[in-house]
Amino acid sequence: MVQQSLNIERRSATTTPSPGVRHSVEVAKLIDISKCIGCKACQAACMEWNDIRDEVGTCKGVYDNPPDLSAGSWTVMRFSEVEAENGKLEWLIRKDGCMHCADPGCLKACPAPGAIIQHTNGIVDFQQENCTGCGYCITGCPFNIPRLSPKDHKAYKCTLCSDRIGAGLEPACAKTCPTGAIMFGSKKEMIIHAEGRIADLKERGYQNAGLYNPEGVGGTHVMYVLQHADKPELYSGLVKDPQISPLVVFWKGIAKPLMSYGLGVAVLTGIMHYVTVGPNETEEDETEK
Amino acid sequence: MNNKSGLILRHTPGVRANHWFVAIVFILATLSGLAFFHPAFFFLSSLFGGGPWAKVLHPFIGVILLAAFFMLASKEWQYNRVTDADRQWQKQALDIMLMRPVKMPDIGRYNLGQKYLFRTLLLMIAVLFLTGIVIWQPYFAPRFSIGLVRLAVVAHGVAGFVTITAIIVHIYAAYWTRGAIRGMTRGTVTAAWAKHHYPGWYKEMSRGSK
Ligand code: HEM
Ligand code: SF4
Ligand code: SF4
Repeated sequence: MVQQSLNIERRSATTTPSPGVRHSVEVAKLIDISKCIGCKACQAACMEWNDIRDEVGTCKGVYDNPPDLSAGSWTVMRFSEVEAENGKLEWLIRKDGCMHCADPGCLKACPAPGAIIQHTNGIVDFQQENCTGCGYCITGCPFNIPRLSPKDHKAYKCTLCSDRIGAGLEPACAKTCPTGAIMFGSKKEMIIHAEGRIADLKERGYQNAGLYNPEGVGGTHVMYVLQHADKPELYSGLVKDPQISPLVVFWKGIAKPLMSYGLGVAVLTGIMHYVTVGPNETEEDETEK
Repeated sequence: MNNKSGLILRHTPGVRANHWFVAIVFILATLSGLAFFHPAFFFLSSLFGGGPWAKVLHPFIGVILLAAFFMLASKEWQYNRVTDADRQWQKQALDIMLMRPVKMPDIGRYNLGQKYLFRTLLLMIAVLFLTGIVIWQPYFAPRFSIGLVRLAVVAHGVAGFVTITAIIVHIYAAYWTRGAIRGMTRGTVTAAWAKHHYPGWYKEMSRGSK
């Protein structure tokens, strides 16, 4: 449900202004991968708070469980064992889920008015009651996040606990994390906090430690502290330079408006032709000529 | 040709039924598809019971269209070879459209514009079908790579635009050419009409009846 106490920045497929008289601060969740121990408490908290229960699957022989995001699993831990630097084994565990992009591809692609909204605090939230189930959001997202539920054919993903935040609480995952790897606050604060963590990591020998807040999507409201910010792909394929696909940009930015006008012009041309040139009539005695 | 009434049979009852079935299904496919194309058209989804219903129905309507259209196309296929008279017509097309006096070349059953329309629809409906399958949630889309789905969704929109524009032209041309619509509703056209618009076809028909 739309949180009326949160201001709305934009809504999918809507051409009029969104309600926006209230003042709000841009928020962010900061996930410090160097502190994560892979306990999945956040995964459990997410299920618990949102009352979602995924199908019980089977063990694939790895820690990733469930193996992928789904309409019933809005966040999953992705485990990768890598040798990032000179043969030193590292276990990188990334909490995957919606990044709450400042420039959300899902929202741009969605054809249903108000099925995806972006709050002024940065949260991108799906409104399932307006969702048609077309799956366009999946084509728009550079992070492969939204999932259609096989049960109700609606799209689901992490809400950043917009309902909790609307009531002044922190997200359930941040509240639960036992090591403090998930923090929540204003985006400004989180960036400052991350800088401290990055300086610390650099001191400990992670020369390429850095913040993941990709510019290609205007920055995100879920950010990572990475030990190897130069190689985000190490973290189970985190996209290096995420961008809304040029095909989607062309489709929604150029084709959609241009072709809509085109149809109007075609109809208008017909009408104008008719009122200027007139109908093409046949003289009935033509055969006798 | 029936000389008494001066009427010539242009479309058999079978073709007429097929054509109007295609027309109805096409309009349903267009209205439900446009709902997804631009927010300005989203209200059209109400005609189908709202967004989710439009989403569910559109692809099925499309598949019915594909079947009905190809059935019609199989009957019309034979009339779509481009002739010398068609090439002559092309040179005069603007004059014809602006109703300047011209000598109509000996064009057969259909003129070049109609032949191009036929070919465009044939190609575009095939493209709409193939790309439509690729983007069809939740049944088929998950089987294709995300890159292909993105490509298909853009191609589907563009093909939809081309098809709808072609049909706008088709509807207007039929309305503008007085006497054409009765050819598809009642099946017959007047001899004068045939001679005026399709002299080659007219000659063929009058030869046959003599
Ligand atoms: C031939 C079989 C067809 C199939 C399987 C098909 C399938 C689809 C699907 C799956 C969608 C996404 C929305 C939804 O899930 O309902 C869609 C959208 C659309 N379809 Fe079709 N369709 C077909 C034919 C047509 C035809 C004949 C037209 C119109 C001439 C058309 C025009 C559109 C348009 C304009 C959109 C919106 C595209 C956009 O958002 O850019 N489709 N179609
Ligand atoms: S499936 Fe995604 S794109 Fe389609 S209406 Fe629902 S939220 Fe919007
Ligand atoms: S990560 Fe994907 S689903 Fe989340 S806001 Fe960005 S585009 Fe939308």
